[in-house]
Amino acid sequence: MSASAVHSLWTTAADPISKIGAPKIEYGQLSPTLIVVGAAVVGVLIEAVVPRKARYYAQLFVSVVALVAAFAAVVALAAGGYATTKSGIAAMGAIAVDGPALFLQGTILLAGLVGLFTFAERRLDPAAHGNRVDSFAAQAASVPGSDGEKAAVKAGFTTTEVFPLLLFAVAGMLIFPAANDLLTLFIALEVFSLPLYLMCALARRKRLMSQEAAVKYFLLGAFASAFTLFGIALLYGYAGSVSYATIAQVVDGTVPDVNPALADTMGNDALLLIGAAMIVMGLLFKVGAVPFHMWTPDVYQGAPTPVTGFMAAATKVAAFGALLRILYVVLPGLRWDWRPVMWGVAIVTMLGGAIVAITQTDIKRLLAYSSIAHAGFILAGVIAATPSGVSSVLFYLGAYSFVTIGAFAVVTLVRDAGGEATHLSKWAGLGRRSPLVAAVFAVFLLAFAGIPLTSGFAGKFAVFKAAAEGGAGPLVVVGVVSSAIAAFFYIRVIVLMFFSEPKPEGTTNPRSPPPPPPPQKRRRPAPPPGKAGPPPL
Amino acid sequence: MNPVNYLYLAALLFTIGATGVLIRRNAIVVFMCIELMLNACNLALVAFSRMHGNLDGQIIAFFTMVVAAAEVVVGLAIIVSLFRSRHSASVDDASLMKL
Repeated sequence: MSASAVHSLWTTAADPISKIGAPKIEYGQLSPTLIVVGAAVVGVLIEAVVPRKARYYAQLFVSVVALVAAFAAVVALAAGGYATTKSGIAAMGAIAVDGPALFLQGTILLAGLVGLFTFAERRLDPAAHGNRVDSFAAQAASVPGSDGEKAAVKAGFTTTEVFPLLLFAVAGMLIFPAANDLLTLFIALEVFSLPLYLMCALARRKRLMSQEAAVKYFLLGAFASAFTLFGIALLYGYAGSVSYATIAQVVDGTVPDVNPALADTMGNDALLLIGAAMIVMGLLFKVGAVPFHMWTPDVYQGAPTPVTGFMAAATKVAAFGALLRILYVVLPGLRWDWRPVMWGVAIVTMLGGAIVAITQTDIKRLLAYSSIAHAGFILAGVIAATPSGVSSVLFYLGAYSFVTIGAFAVVTLVRDAGGEATHLSKWAGLGRRSPLVAAVFAVFLLAFAGIPLTSGFAGKFAVFKAAAEGGAGPLVVVGVVSSAIAAFFYIRVIVLMFFSEPKPEGTTNPRSPPPPPPPQKRRRPAPPPGKAGPPPL
Repeated sequence: MNPVNYLYLAALLFTIGATGVLIRRNAIVVFMCIELMLNACNLALVAFSRMHGNLDGQIIAFFTMVVAAAEVVVGLAIIVSLFRSRHSASVDDASLMKL
């Protein structure tokens, strides 16, 4: 297109306001997201104006009301027929309102609600100077071990900002699987990623590990989203549009009217293949599939455990939802190209996650590797490329997300004098000390392992059945083998909890070397002489 | 000038940024390389927008700038807090958690 034609676009855009049609926004169909975003903004205002003592209850009230109301809105939309008979495209084609989107939004909202309760739990940490505290830093800006931090702890501060951050993350996750163009996809990706990066850094204990996890998650996450954005640019160059429907038409070669100006780029397969690969790469990073999984164990271990649980459940639901929509709506015409690649990714993800998990000694890292293995199982359902593939993946995500949040919630309960006891040796004999906690955790582990009568079994059966019917038989064999490997380490934790002697607390076992000092207690360098700190009061 | 040249430049900048992320050690420099990658994306989007004669790419470039600004806010906060507790912004030093 000539230069003057482009400039004419600018002048058109500068027409009088009366000539520009107002966009049509379907507020009813967008209500779940709008409610959550609105509540998050209210949460920010609460931080600004409400006195510190009242903030926790105000934030908790607003967040619970928002999540419940948004879930009610999702249910109302589904009851209104959007999940079954009709489907809508809202906000000028940016958001799809259909069955899978509503199911995933409902799952994310429920996971967010359960996650919110674990965020708000204040009875686990011992009361600090008369104030009940949760698992978040007293003051995130203070340096670990500094006087400022001690003063903040003594004053009983808590980081109530986590509630609006959680709501912003949930809002982004609600949009992510419903995004119907690439711009919305990218914005939703950032909207839910940025609060997660921040929340990872907010642990009350083991703050150095928490900050390290946040830096790793942030740098790698931003790296991955830059790849996603370049992929979006290339797909836009390929199709001349960012709308999913238009791109799918161009991929299929069924465009009604081809613009002659696009003959150069449209149909350039290099743009399509590289662009699609980069977008899918960004999504695989978010789900934690194996070549892009390096962040998962460190971030899961370092982040505050409630955040880990929420992130492990809700991010996976949102990212798989977006991946399904990209692969099934935008790129079905490219099926013969992406299926072999996804085969490879699914196989290494299932086997890699299950095998590396065997060697783990930290319960949070173990659950992280187990989540990688589960991402592989879900990918097997994605590869089916059939309607039963979609439904099985959705079911698996729903079942898996609640088991995950539950498992991490149990991890927050197992404690010793230094806070959460995540090393597996501390879990020995838990079944005798706290039979209920151990029994609940055992049920969750059995569900992860996919033992019959648990949700995990039903989910795995569904995705493997869909994969087998979709012509991925060998993948199912690999999946079953890695399920067996995974069952080994889940059962090992159960055996450890119920059938091994608890280690006596407070006495050192002469046969085992003393545990290394916790690294977060690294002292700050001593101040130079002459610049001593303030005299003790 | 042929707009395709801008695409080559964008790809080059993106590659330089990605290489920098992989080989540099200072978290701030790594972060700057990520910003370079985002700006390479912007250049590609604007060049494609010109080639296609529609405004979608330019709109996305605006959104990308906002996202990049938000990312700077969050990223610098995290990196500065890491630096204040460790007196080092090297990504190699942050290795408390290893297999």
